[in-house]
Order: sequence, then C-alpha cells, then structure tokens
Amino acid sequence: MTLGSGAVSAPLDTFPRLLMHHAQVRGARPAVREKDLGIWQSRTWAQVARETSAFASGLAQLGFKRGDRLAIIGDNRPRLYGAMLAAQMLGGIPVPLYQDAVAAEMIFALQDSGIGIAVVEDQEQVDKLLEVKEQCPLLQHIVYDDPRGLSHYTQPFLHGLDEVIAAGTIHNQNQPDFIQQEIALGRPDDTSVILYTSGTTGKPKGVCQTHHAFISAARGGCGFDGMTEAEEVLSYLPMAWVGDHLFSFAQALVAGFTINCPESGDTVMTDMREIGPTCYFAPPRVYENLLTQVMVRMEDAGAIMRGLFGYFMGVAKRCGAEILDGKPVGLKDRLLYALGEILIYGPLKNVLGMSRIRVAYTAGAAIGPDLFRFYRSMGINLKQFYGQTETCAYVCLQADSRIKLDSVGQPAPQVEVKIADNGEILVRGPMLLKEYYLRPEATAESVDGEGFFHTGDAGFLDHDGDLRIIDRVKDVGKMAGGAVFAPNYIENKLKFFPHVKEAVCFGHGRDSVCAFINIDMSSVGNWAERRNLSYAGYTDLAGKAEVYALIQECVEQVNADLAREPLVADTQVHRFLVLHKELDPDDDELTRTRKVRRGFIAEKYAVLIEALYAGRSTQHIETEVKFEDGRRGMVAADLVIRDVKVFPRAA
Amino acid sequence: MARQIGDVILDLKNISLRFGGVRALTDISFDVKEHEVRAIIGPNGAGKSSMLNVINGVYRPQEGEIIFRGEHRHNMNTHIASAAGIARTFQNIALFKGMSVLDNLMSGRTLKMKANFLQHALWWGAARNEELAHRAKVEEVIDFLEIEHIRKTPVGRLPYGLQKRVELGRALAAEPSMLLLDEPMAGMNVEEKQDMCRFILDVNDHFGTTIVLIEHDMGVVMDISDRVVVLDYGKKIGDGTPDEVKNNPEVISAYLGTQH
Repeated sequence: MTLGSGAVSAPLDTFPRLLMHHAQVRGARPAVREKDLGIWQSRTWAQVARETSAFASGLAQLGFKRGDRLAIIGDNRPRLYGAMLAAQMLGGIPVPLYQDAVAAEMIFALQDSGIGIAVVEDQEQVDKLLEVKEQCPLLQHIVYDDPRGLSHYTQPFLHGLDEVIAAGTIHNQNQPDFIQQEIALGRPDDTSVILYTSGTTGKPKGVCQTHHAFISAARGGCGFDGMTEAEEVLSYLPMAWVGDHLFSFAQALVAGFTINCPESGDTVMTDMREIGPTCYFAPPRVYENLLTQVMVRMEDAGAIMRGLFGYFMGVAKRCGAEILDGKPVGLKDRLLYALGEILIYGPLKNVLGMSRIRVAYTAGAAIGPDLFRFYRSMGINLKQFYGQTETCAYVCLQADSRIKLDSVGQPAPQVEVKIADNGEILVRGPMLLKEYYLRPEATAESVDGEGFFHTGDAGFLDHDGDLRIIDRVKDVGKMAGGAVFAPNYIENKLKFFPHVKEAVCFGHGRDSVCAFINIDMSSVGNWAERRNLSYAGYTDLAGKAEVYALIQECVEQVNADLAREPLVADTQVHRFLVLHKELDPDDDELTRTRKVRRGFIAEKYAVLIEALYAGRSTQHIETEVKFEDGRRGMVAADLVIRDVKVFPRAA
Repeated sequence: MARQIGDVILDLKNISLRFGGVRALTDISFDVKEHEVRAIIGPNGAGKSSMLNVINGVYRPQEGEIIFRGEHRHNMNTHIASAAGIARTFQNIALFKGMSVLDNLMSGRTLKMKANFLQHALWWGAARNEELAHRAKVEEVIDFLEIEHIRKTPVGRLPYGLQKRVELGRALAAEPSMLLLDEPMAGMNVEEKQDMCRFILDVNDHFGTTIVLIEHDMGVVMDISDRVVVLDYGKKIGDGTPDEVKNNPEVISAYLGTQH
C-alpha cells in the first residue's frame, strides 16, 4: 500500500493520522525498539505503519468493527502498542488491562467493556483468558504475540499475531485503499482508549478518553518541556496505566520520538543503562530504591571512594540544586561542583542510566524531600506533576525554573484549576474524560454543569499560584477548633523519615492531633545494632526508651515543619505512641496496596486512642494477630505514650 | 502432549562396575527411549551417579555393553558421548564461578567451535562470525530459561537456585539430544523446584530432548517422569512407569529401610 498519501493535508487529530504522518516525514527513524535475544531491535516509523495497517486489516477479517473494544494484555511490547493503533485505525477502542492481574480480576473489565477480541502477549495471558472464557461469552478471538509454549493449543479461536498480520498483508495488497478509507472515517472526538481506574472505591470504572483529549494533553506536555523527535523513552510501566499511555503512546505519536521496550521486568535497570533515556518517568518508590542501592553499594566501597563520595555529596547538597535552577552560586562552589561532576556525579548518573536525562518525572505519591533534593542536586531535572486517569494525567506541571518540593506546579497549558469551598480541586480543559463507559450516572457525578471535573483531592493554590495537594477530600476532617485536618499530609511527612514505616493520625472533631507510629524494623534495627542496643523482636524494640526518643525527634521535626504552613499549623502532633505490632494487610489494618484503613484501625485500637486523649502515660493492650500460615496468636504490651513539643505558628 | 516417545536409543546391558572390591553396580540393564523423561532413583549410595558416569564415559564398567543409537560399545568415552549430543549437569554445581552467566553458557558450545586458537585470540575472520552465531544460540537459551537479568552477572554471585538453572543452560547450550541431570533440584525450595520442573518439561517438549535424571524428591519424580528405574546397593530392584514402581514391594522396602 502507499503510505500516508494525502495524510499531510489532513489535520493530525487522531492517532492513526499521526502514525501515517510520521511514516511519511520520518519514515526511516526508529519508532520503537525492543531488546530481543540480547540485541536492541529497531522498527522504523514506516515499518510500524505498514505492520500496523496489516494487523488492522487482519483484525477486520476477524470481525472487528468500528466502535468495538479490543482488549490488550501484556508487558510493554512494540506489537501491543501497535495493536492499540490498529484498533484505532478501524475506529475501534483499545482497552489495555493490567497484565499482572489474576484471571478472576480480569473478568470484570472484560465483561464491562464487552470485549470480542483480545490481543495478548504470551501463553501466560492466553491461559488466563481460557480460564475465564466461559464467563465472557462475547469473547470470540484471542490473538497472541509470542507463540512459545502454545504449539499444542488447538482451540480454533486462538490466532498468532504473525498469522493475522500475514492475512492482513494480503488483504491490503488486494484493497490498497482500505486502511486509508478507514482512517479517514475517524473523528477526533471518537473515544481513543478506555482505561480502567484502580477501583479503590467500589468497582473499577472504564474511563473513555478521546483522541482529542490525549493529543491535547500530549501536545501540551511536549510543548511545555520542549520534547522533540530525538527523545528516547523507556516504556516499562504497565500499559493499562494512564501515565504510560501518555508518555509511551500519546506523546511518542505527537512528537515522533522513540520508545524502548525492556527485555523483561527484571532487566529494566540494565536496559535503562544501555538506552540512556532522555525523558524518564517513575513513581517515588523507584527513585527511592535506586538511591538505596547506591547507598548500600557505597557502604561496601573502599575508604577513598567513600570519602570522595561523602565530600562531593556535601558539595552537591549545598549548591547542586541551585546550579540546576540557574540561581547565583559562588565561584568556589561552582568549581567544586564541576570537579564533582567529573569524579562522582557523572559516573553515578551513568551507572543509573541517567546521563542523558533532560527531564525526569515523578507522580502518584508524595516524594520525600531528601530524595527529591538528592536527584536534583546531582543535576537530574526531576519534576513532579499531577493528574489522574480522568484527566489524561495532565493537570499541573512544574516549569524548569520554578521547582518546589511541596507543590505539584502550576496548571498546565489549556487547563483551568479551581478550588471548591470544601477544598476539593476542580479542573477543566480539553483533556477531560468523555465519559465513564456505560455509567452516565457516574459521569454526571464527577463532572459538574460548568464542565469541571471533581478530582476528589483536596488542595490549595499557594501565593505563587502553584497547586499543593494535601489529602483525599473524604479523609479531610475538621479539628474541634475549626482548622482543616488532613491526616495523610501529616502521615506522609512522618513517613519520609526512614525510621517511620507507617503512621496513623487522629484529630477529626478533637482539639489536638495524636498519632500511632510503626517503626521500620530494618532501619531502626540497624540503628539499634550500631548502638549495641539489644532487642528480642519488633515489640521489644518498639518499646525501648531510646527508640521513643528517636521517634520523638522525628515527630518534633514534623511539627516544626507544620508550624511554618498556615493552613496546617494548628494540626501539629501533640502526643504519640509506638504500636506494639506492625500494621498488616493480613490483619485487615492495611489494604493490599498498603494504604492505611483508618476507620478499622480506630475501632480496633479504640482503647489506645482513648488513652492518648485522656492524657494517660501508659496503656496495656492485647491484640490478636494472624500469622502467614493461618495460625493466630496474641501480642500484649504496655505502651508508653509521649507528649511532643509543639511550635508556635509562624508569622 | 504432542511429544511422541520413540524407539530405544540407549540400551545398557548387564553393566557391572567395581572399584577394587567395592561393587558399585552389579549386572544392571535398562534402556532409554527417544524423547522420554527417564528417572533413576534409589537411596544414597545406590549407584545412581555412577550410572550416569557410565553413560557419558567417565567410568568404564568392567562388564556389560552400551548400545547408543545402534552402536555397540563395551564402554563409552567422554569425547564420543559429548560429540554424540549427550550433555549433563552435576550434583555439585560445576560452573566457572568468576565468569559471567553468558561466558559460562558460551563454554557449553566450545565443542562446536571450529576456528583455531590464534583466530580466537585475535577475534578475526571465521572466529568472529562463529562467535556471533554461537552467541545467538546462547541468547536463545537465555531467553528460554528466563535469565536475561543475570546475563552479565558472575555466577558466583548468584543464589543457588539460579546457579542450578545456569548449569542447565550450560548443558542446553550444547544443543544435546540427551540430557543427563544429576539431582537438578537438590537443595531447592518449593518454588525453585516448580520452576525447574517446568523448565525440564519444556526442554523435553520444545526441543524433544531425551532426559535421564536422578532425583530424590519422589513427588517430582512421579510427576515428571515417563519411566523410572530403581537402584539399591548397586542392583536394579524396579523398573517401570511411576505407578508400577510406586506399588513395587521391593522398592517400598528399600525406601522404608527394611533390613537387608
């Protein structure tokens, strides 16, 4: 077929049109790379366009029609990204699902979106779908990418991706205009993808986003950070997640840059070093793991190396972030920093695969101040952003010169942000969802008459006009004195200390804030060993006076911090105790994703809360615990309760 | 399963092996068919590893006959065995601990390299093309065993279970038609055992490799083997399908430690 004939004159307002455009103007540039059998294999834009067109025709022959939904399940693979485009070429809607979900968890989304054809990565996913096929009567065909282990499967509805492409290729030779005509029928306000929300509250909802929404978000983001066709991105986060869809799909197609698929989930670190991405996204815990690895390796390094590292990290801490922000820095520090770049920062960035990074993003959870500063001081332009599935992960961005740790930046181009009376963040713009799939009542609930989407997050715009997130709206309470009480905000500040693993704050309707603390066994255990403090186990360690003193210091620092912020200055922690057992999902105290179940904990430990507010200095408690093998046991302890210094509100 | 068990490819007849006065194996006969998984079991000191060593020519039995692919021999010879496509793994891991996984697997292909020492030293001409071709084969093995993430890691730094997998990889790199596995799952936890079983069955299924294995975990043996031969004190006391062997009174008494 002739590629992209007439595509230049047509507006580039759908993803298939963008693909054809790139095939024409940068056909020989790599669109996607994948490491296979130890070698990075590239596919050019022209190849991708050809293969995708063939696959689209193959899908059409399997009966895929305009408006149909195509499930896509697997790790980040070039041909699965291609499958999304193929569905869109035919006016269909790709529905990427989380590849690590067990079969039973997939049933809901498969039924909800009425999947007729699924494109999956390998035998593992095929097996899952075969397991649930009975419950999904609409599922007609399963197409798999990697045939390994599937040679014995005889089901007639199973097809290899290669066969489908081969059939499509013949079809396209006979009807060379078919794909062009199909692409021409596409409209920018067609739904381009359905992404399922995680469903922390009730059943997951399918978020329908249009071509227009994602292209607007991608254009805005690319323009904001100056992304060009020369970017290299590592695509390693789940394809079903909105962030990956924005960075690896929408932005790649808007800017025409190259995405790189790692060999497997376990090789991401190595692959990153080999590719040297220019843009990088990771949730905070990935940055944290990287830093921990570096620190652990440094402990094992020789004395000279350790000395150099320590010294130049000090230099970086003093002036690194300022140099990155272009602020004035003394000549001596500049020279030292330049030397450090040669000796320490450069090689370290190289080992982490971050030598070429122009911009690194993080989002999804609060990032610790030390962590954030560490990366920025090394010269890595780490930024936060804010967004959700319903907004194409595009609401607020941080501009290069205005990076602040505690804000998520100012509203992105074309986005309006408004704070409701209850503190909820409302947003409006072209990137908003079209609807929740088949849930008009849910759509009406979250988008109001003026077209503002209710995010469910509470926050405020600070004096620079930057947005700060404090908590989920439903968790925000009021102190007896009327001050806003945002438990997550305080707990996150506590959890930034490595010694604190979990924290639960109480204060709604009370006149002061009190907290339960869980110590981090490995961190505090290490700390105790270095001090020759012997202990018998978690409960024993948690009750030590020395540990209490350590935690008290952390809490007081948080209080000092809170005192500086007018909105939360009245919610400093007055009293705390260190729990005698670790909060555990097995005991229903945490969700499986390790979020605190506030209500349940308040009920279970009511006697402790009472003791905190009654001013007692100790409290006896017995708690039943479940062990991993299903046995049950009792943990009993006399818990000490400490008062903490609170600070006067800063002027 | 689509895999078809073929004809007998290895036939051992009346094998006896002595070390001085110690009778390691006494008059043992059994056969191995193409594409099957054949297990050798027995209590400690039953002569299982000696049996494998007879098959690949490390030990030369005093009596008996080995018929491999129609060729009658009094004993095997290690060179003939490896050239004929018999590869093995060892009870105690036999890898180069200081070398990377990749280099260890490449060593499994040494026998197939044709270029001379000088060419290899200069990495020139035939040696270069040859190495690239062999590397491609080794990458297939890496992909097959899902060890991409440790490709460049020195073997000595790996946990035991992974070292065992690498050793299987080293044997597979030789593209064997028959694989001798000496306790491939010894010392592994349940999960590692499951992985190893899956890989062994996949090798058997995917490449049609005939597998002779020694294993102590009866659950594993009964699950994955087609036929089992039981040795005790150097003598064969049972031979047949897992079910037949399980119900053989002599086998039961050997395993329950009845007095001899």
